[in-house]
Amino acid sequence: MARTLLAIYPQTTRRYDEMLSEQGAVRDHWREFYRHLDSVGPDEMRRRLEFVDRRIQENGVNYNVYADPSGADRPWALDPLPLIIPHDEWAEVSAAVSQRARLLDAVLADLYGEQKLLAEGLLPPALVFGQHGYLWPCQGIRPPGGIWLHSYAVDLARSPDGHYWAIADRTQAPSGSGYALENRLVVSRVFPEMFRSLHVQHLADFFRDQQEGLIALAPLDEGEQPHVVLLTPGPYNETYFEHAYLARYLGFPLVEGQDLTVRGETVYLKTLRGLKRVHVILRRQDDDYCDPLELRGDSALGIPGLVNVARAGRVVIANALGSGFLGSGALMGFLPAVCRRLLGEELAMPSVATWWCGEKPALDFVRENFDDLVIKPAYSTQRMDPVFGYELKGEERAEMLRRIEARPHAYVAQEMVNLSQAPTWSRAHERRLLARPVGLRAYAVWSPDGYSVMPGGLARVAVGANTRIISMQRGGASKDAWVLTDGPVSEFTMLKPSIGVRDLVRAGANLTSRVVENLFWLGRYSERFDDSARLLRVALARVVEAGGARTPTVLSVMELATLLGVLPKPEEDNEVKQGSEHVLLEAIYDPDQPGSLAGNIRNLMWSATHVRERLSLDHWHSLNRLQRDQQAALRKHPTLTEALAFLDRVLGVSSSLTGFAMDNMTRDEGWRFLIVGRRLERLSFLARSIAYFLRLPSTPGPGSLEWLLELSDSIITYRSRYSRQPELLPVVDLLVFDDSNPHGVIFQASVLARYLERMARELAADFDVDLAGCIRRLQNFDLTRLENVQFSDCSDCPTCEELAGLLHDLHSITVQLSDVLGMRYFTHVGDVSRQTMAL
Amino acid sequence: MTAVRYHVVHETRYDYGSAVSLSQQQLHLSPRVLAWQQVEEQSVEVTPAPNWRRDGYDVFGNPVTWIAFHAPHEALRLRSVMNVAVSPHLPADLESSLPWEAVRDHLAYDPTNPEPGGLDATRFLFESPHVRIKHELAAYAADCFPPGRPILVATKALMSKIFAEFTFDPEATTVSTPILEVLENKRGVCQDFAHLMIGCLRALGLSVRYVSGYLLTRPPPGKPRLIGADASHAWVSVYAPGSEYEWVDFDPTNDLLPDTEHITVAIGRDFSDVSPLRGVILGGGGTEPEVAVTVVPIDEEELPAGLHDDGEASEPTAGALRPQAGSEGEAELPPVADPALVAGAGAAGSVAAG
Repeated sequence: MARTLLAIYPQTTRRYDEMLSEQGAVRDHWREFYRHLDSVGPDEMRRRLEFVDRRIQENGVNYNVYADPSGADRPWALDPLPLIIPHDEWAEVSAAVSQRARLLDAVLADLYGEQKLLAEGLLPPALVFGQHGYLWPCQGIRPPGGIWLHSYAVDLARSPDGHYWAIADRTQAPSGSGYALENRLVVSRVFPEMFRSLHVQHLADFFRDQQEGLIALAPLDEGEQPHVVLLTPGPYNETYFEHAYLARYLGFPLVEGQDLTVRGETVYLKTLRGLKRVHVILRRQDDDYCDPLELRGDSALGIPGLVNVARAGRVVIANALGSGFLGSGALMGFLPAVCRRLLGEELAMPSVATWWCGEKPALDFVRENFDDLVIKPAYSTQRMDPVFGYELKGEERAEMLRRIEARPHAYVAQEMVNLSQAPTWSRAHERRLLARPVGLRAYAVWSPDGYSVMPGGLARVAVGANTRIISMQRGGASKDAWVLTDGPVSEFTMLKPSIGVRDLVRAGANLTSRVVENLFWLGRYSERFDDSARLLRVALARVVEAGGARTPTVLSVMELATLLGVLPKPEEDNEVKQGSEHVLLEAIYDPDQPGSLAGNIRNLMWSATHVRERLSLDHWHSLNRLQRDQQAALRKHPTLTEALAFLDRVLGVSSSLTGFAMDNMTRDEGWRFLIVGRRLERLSFLARSIAYFLRLPSTPGPGSLEWLLELSDSIITYRSRYSRQPELLPVVDLLVFDDSNPHGVIFQASVLARYLERMARELAADFDVDLAGCIRRLQNFDLTRLENVQFSDCSDCPTCEELAGLLHDLHSITVQLSDVLGMRYFTHVGDVSRQTMAL
Repeated sequence: MTAVRYHVVHETRYDYGSAVSLSQQQLHLSPRVLAWQQVEEQSVEVTPAPNWRRDGYDVFGNPVTWIAFHAPHEALRLRSVMNVAVSPHLPADLESSLPWEAVRDHLAYDPTNPEPGGLDATRFLFESPHVRIKHELAAYAADCFPPGRPILVATKALMSKIFAEFTFDPEATTVSTPILEVLENKRGVCQDFAHLMIGCLRALGLSVRYVSGYLLTRPPPGKPRLIGADASHAWVSVYAPGSEYEWVDFDPTNDLLPDTEHITVAIGRDFSDVSPLRGVILGGGGTEPEVAVTVVPIDEEELPAGLHDDGEASEPTAGALRPQAGSEGEAELPPVADPALVAGAGAAGSVAAG
C-alpha cells in the first residue's frame, strides 16, 4: 500500500484514530476511500479543493456576522475529506442519541409539569430553580402533542478505546444541521464516485421527518392548512446563513419577531394581504427573548403575548419555551438515575464524567484533582470559557478555587477528554494527510414515528494537532460525516419538491410586510446607487477634462450634484479650499457622507441582506463582489483615473443587477414592490435632475446638454437620431416626452402607473395619488414653445420654468406615493414595541 | 383580636400623548387569599374596554389578568377595587424559632434523601432577575447571623440594621437599580430594601419571598406617619419551618413585622414576578403612569377618634388621581367627606414611594 499520503501522519495510542487501527492498518470502512484518495493526481485534487472554496465563497456560507460593514465575516471552513462511520457503529450511536432526546423531552415535561424529579430528590433544585434559563411563566404549559423538545443536538467525542461519549447537550435551538446539509452538497460533489459506491446514507429523510413532525403537531382549526414559520433573530446573528438556508430548504417562510403579532390567543404573520395565522414556530431565537410581556422585558426582538398563545395551546413553539436550560453540563451526572426513573431504561451513552460543585463531595473531589479537570459554567446562560485545571498555576489557581468556593453551584468540572483524530487534507503539502482531533455534533428531530436521527451530522476538527477545544469561532474546520449502509440508499430528495398550483398561490400570500418593505428599498437603493454613480462619473470626467480649471461646465455639474444631494452643500469656501476633485472622491468613497455612493452601496447591502432568502445566488454574488470592490478601494487613496474605473465597474455591476431583477426573480407581488421601488426612484431622479437643470442659476456651458444626455444614459440614442450637436428641443423631447426611451420621464411615469394599477387591482387598494393627472399635464405641454430657444443663452425663461414646475410636481407625487405605500404595507421596522411598568 | 376590614382603590392612568396602536398588559392587581387574609370583593375596571382578557393564576398562585388592546387609544385607565379582611398573624415568639443554620441545612440538597423537605421553599432560594446573589450581601448580613441564633431573631436584627442604616429616598433609585448599588449608596425605596434583604438572606442559604401589597397609614396622635402610605408597598417573607404559617413577614422599610395593617396582593421571587402592571405597547409618546392608592378601614369604630380633627391630611396632593364622589362609576365609594378617605388620599400620587 502506498504510504506517501501518510508521510507526516502521526500514529498515537493516546487517541483513537478514525482511519487507522492500532497496528497502523487502514480500517475496513476507510479502505476504499483511502485507495481512491491515493489514486487521485495532485492536479485533480487541487481542482477539487478549488471547487470546495469556490462553492463556499459563492454560496456565501459564513459563520459569524456576515453583514458586518467592516467585512469581518469569515467563510465557513470545510475540509473535503468526510468522516466515515460504518453502519453498525452508527446504529448504536443513533439509538443512543434518540434515547437521549426522548429522555430530555421527558425531563422538560416533568420540570414544567408535576416536578417529581425534584420531589424525589433526583435533581437538585439549584439546577432547575437556580437557572436563569428555567422560565417560570412557562410552568404548567403543556405544548400541543405533549412535545417539548422538537430538535436536539449532542456533541459527541470518542475516548481512546473507541467508545462514544456525550460531551454537551443542545436543547435551546440547536444550530448546525443546515451547515451539515451544505457540507454534504459540496463534499458529495467532490467525491461523487465514492459517495455512490460506498452507499452513503442521504440526509433528506431527516429533514422530511423534521418537516412532517412540525406539521403533524400544528393545532389546526376547522379548515385550516398548517402554517409553519422559521423565526430568526435577524441577519446579525452568527448563524443567520443557516436560518435562511434551512427556511428555503424546508419551505418555511423566514420571519423575524416583528413579522409576527398576537391577537388574543392566536399568533399571526403580518403579510401583504393581512394577518395570517401561524400554527408552528420553528425558533432559532433564544426562548427568553421570545415574549417581552412575560419573559425578558429588555428586548425588542420578541413577540408580545406569545406565552399566552402557548398557554392556550394555540401554537407549537419548537423547541418549547424554556427548553434551553437543559444544556447545562451540571445535569449530566444526574441523567443515569433520571433515565431509569422516567424511561425505565439504562442510559445508553455515557456522558463525560461531570462533577457539579454544588454537591459537597464533588467540590472536594474537584479541589483534589484540579489538574485533570476542565472547569465550566453550570448554567447555560453564564458566559465563561472552559478553564483547563493544569493551565492554572499559583495565584490564578487560588483565585479560581476561591470563585468556585464562593458559588459552588455555579460550576461544574469535567474530565478532560482525549478526542479521537481523523485525517484532514493538508493545503500546504502535496498529497499529505494531517491528523486532527475531531468531534461530531449529532442531531435528532421529533417525528410522528419517534425521534429521527440525522445519519451523520456536523463533524468538526480542531486547528492544531493538540488543540483541546474545537470551535468554529476559534478557526476550526468542519467536515461532512458519511454514514455507510449495507442496504439500499433512500433516494428521497427535498431539493426538487413537487409544488402544486395551490402552493404557488400561497407563496405570494405569505409575503411578510417586512420582506415587502425591504424589497421596495432594495429597488430604490439599487436605482439610487446607479444614479449617483452616473452623476459622479459625469462630474469627474468634466473635472478631468478641464484639468483642474473651474470651467462653467464643471461648475454647473457640481451645482446640479449639490442640488440633488449627491454632493454636500459647500460650507464656507470649503470647496474652493479642497478643490472639486477632493469633494468628488469623498462623495464616491466615504460611506459616512450623506448621499455618497459608498453610503448608497452600504444601504443597498443592508436591504439585500434582509431579503437574502429571496435573492438568487447570482444576484447575491454580484452584490458581494460590489461590496468587496468598494471596501478594497476604501483602504487606499485612489487617483482620479482609478476612481473613474471604479465608477465604470459600479455601473457594470448595476446593470447586471438590473438584469437579474428583470430576468431572474419570481414575478410575484414582492417583485412588483421591488420594481415599483426602482421605477419610483428613477422617475424621481430624472424629474428632479431635468427640473434643476432647467433652473440652474449659473449660465450653463456649451457642453451642458451633452452631459445631461450622458447623465440620463441617452447620449447614444440622441446621436443615432440627430447626428449633430445637442439642442434643447430634441434633448427635452428625448428625455421627457419620448415614450419609447426607458430613460425618459414619461416612459418611467407610464410604466410606474401601470404597475400601480395592477397592484391596486390585486391588493384591492386605492392609492389616491394623482399620478395619471400629473402625466397628462406634462403631456399637454406644448413642445413648439421650445422651438428656436437657444439653451446656452436662455435664463429665467418662462417656458423652461413652466416645464421645470411640471417635473417638480411629478417628483412630489413620487414622494407621496412612497409614503402611501409605506403607511399601508410596511411593518415600520423602525417602530419598536416598548415596555411599560406601573407600581 | 378579630379581622380588620379594608376598602382599597388602586388607580393607574397612562396618558400616552399619541395613539398606541397595540398594547398588552399583565396585571397583578387582585389580592390573593391567605390563611390570614380573606378577599370579600374584588374587581378591576379597565377603560377603554380591552379587546381581549384572560384571568388565571400564576405559578406562585397569585391571581393574574392579561388584557390586550388592538385598537388605537391615547389613554389607559385601570381601577382596581377590593374589600379585604386581614387577621392578626404575628408569630407568637421569635426566640423559639429554629437556629438559622438548621433551616439552611434543611433547604440544602442532599442526594441521599429521596424525599427532600422544604421543596416548595427552594423556589425562593436562588437568584432571580432583580436579586443577584453576591458575597458582599452575605458579608453585610453576617453580624446579624451569629452561629446558633434563632432564624426569626436574626432576620429581625437584619431588618433593623437595614432600617437604621438606609435612607428612604424615592429619587435615588429606579426599578432596575442593582442591589449592590443600593447597598453602596444606602438609599432607596421599599422595593430596594426588600430586594436587598432578600439578597442577604438568600446569600446565607435561606429562602425568602418578595411580597407586594398595600399598607395602611394611620398615624396615632404624636407618632410619625409611616413611610409608604397609600402607595404600592413591598416587604419580604422568610421561610421559618416550625412557625405557624411556615413563612414570617418582615418590613425593612418600616422596621416592623407586618400584621393587620399590611394587605398582601401577590408573592413572588422578586418584583419582576409580581409587578402590578407590566405591559408592552406599540406607538404612544410618554409612558410614565400616574398611580394613586387609597386604603380605607371599613369599620368606623376602627378609626382613631382624633382623626376627625386632623386637618393636615385633608388636602389631596395636586394632580393625584383620587376618587371623587359623583364621578362616573364610583358610586360605591364612601362620600368624599368621609375623613378616612381623605386621610387615605393625602399621600396619593407618588409612584416610587413604598
